[in-house]
Amino acid sequence: MTFNAHSVTEKDDVASVVCDIAPGETVTMQRRSGTLALTAVTAIPAGHKIALRDFRAGESVIKYGEVIGAASEDISKGAHVHVHNLEGLRGRGDKR
Amino acid sequence: MNFMGYTRPDGGVGVRNHLLVLPSVVCASDVAARIALQLNGAVYVTHQHGCAQLPSDSAQTKRTLVGFGANPNVAACIVVGLGCETIQAKDVADEIAKMTAKPVVYLSIQEEGGTLNAIARGVRIGREMLAELSLMRREEHPISKLILGLECGGSDAWSGLSANPAVGNASDRLIRAGGTSILSETQEMIGAEHLLARRAASPEVAERLFAVVRRAEEGALADGVDIRLANPTPGNRQGGLTTLEEKSLGCISKAGLEAPLQEILGFSERPTRRGLIFMDTPGHDIESITGMVAGGAQVIFFTTGRGTCTGCPIAPVIKVCSNSPTFERMRDNMDADAGPIIEGKKTIDEIGGELFDEMLKVASGRSTKSEDLGYGSFAINRIGPTQ
Repeated sequence: MTFNAHSVTEKDDVASVVCDIAPGETVTMQRRSGTLALTAVTAIPAGHKIALRDFRAGESVIKYGEVIGAASEDISKGAHVHVHNLEGLRGRGDKR
Repeated sequence: MNFMGYTRPDGGVGVRNHLLVLPSVVCASDVAARIALQLNGAVYVTHQHGCAQLPSDSAQTKRTLVGFGANPNVAACIVVGLGCETIQAKDVADEIAKMTAKPVVYLSIQEEGGTLNAIARGVRIGREMLAELSLMRREEHPISKLILGLECGGSDAWSGLSANPAVGNASDRLIRAGGTSILSETQEMIGAEHLLARRAASPEVAERLFAVVRRAEEGALADGVDIRLANPTPGNRQGGLTTLEEKSLGCISKAGLEAPLQEILGFSERPTRRGLIFMDTPGHDIESITGMVAGGAQVIFFTTGRGTCTGCPIAPVIKVCSNSPTFERMRDNMDADAGPIIEGKKTIDEIGGELFDEMLKVASGRSTKSEDLGYGSFAINRIGPTQ
């Protein structure tokens, strides 16, 4: 079976898609616990991240099993996760 | 495990046999370049510093210049000064000679009586040095003599999943065999420093790591800006990297999975321990590579996803691409492709093994793309404003 996304650890709640994904397309990845499949709800460019669950604004986003930032708005499962809805928490002189 | 390198008088081993023409000050850069261009086989750097600097900044510039000349890949060195600068060519030459006992000569443009006389003398000295260099032969040395520099630049979302962990795998192999790897780019530890600190050989090393990362973050905090204005870069973001934490977590996988962190160095300082070392450098690729090479690194692994072309005038830089489409598009600049990891065709361990073998070949003389294309990228990290 060929997969079109990579999730790094079991804890991750985003995955990186291998090719451009259109809304409605099925995204699949291999995880230690088995194959995970979900439907993309937005377009996602190759290399970018897809949400593996629903996020509320302010919730932490996990990749590599670690916090990579927080949702800046509510994010639906299957949506593109990037600078428009995910912000870094470190080096934020603007929020001091 | 061994490689073929040039034995230096101080016990260091060069993987290249360069004659380096090194200006001690910006005012001598043109003369240094012209001397080297007349000599078939010489390399040179140019830079904007060496005078009108505060003492701490001047000391870092001098340490970098001395370190470049002292690198074992340099067989002989001509240091060129103007004459009235703060960082005197004679001092730089004396320090290189004291550290390494290699042939080093300095000349001052004012003492020589101008540009033409300085160039003529430099070329005559350089020609004699090249004749000596041409008789040197590679000998077998254990890979414990190798210091590898780890760099990433023009990263994309795949860098942290393929090229970086594969380079980390090669780095773990080198360290298991008694060698040394330097990780750098302090800003790209932000958000991942706790993982590296867990591998610190002592509480002091962990503390020092946290301290240098805090200082790197403090810059953005003091300026009242979002660090993302500087990092990740527009290309990183286009490639799928969203936050600095995400980029950092990918970045540290170049340090492998197992080697304990032995030491934290300042910019262009020399390691005093073997194994995994961290050097406090900016994320700026050229400054970071310059710092590691000035610290003694003979070979650099440079991972990229967007595709970067830069090199180093005295050290081979092995470009490892994170994805096959960029590798194909930038074939003229890329040395290795870690894309098969993304496609599920090869494992990190397989590519890591291939990179390790490639590193030994390059250390034994095989040229890299950035060397073949004549890249001479060089940049000194400044820690004070020009006066």
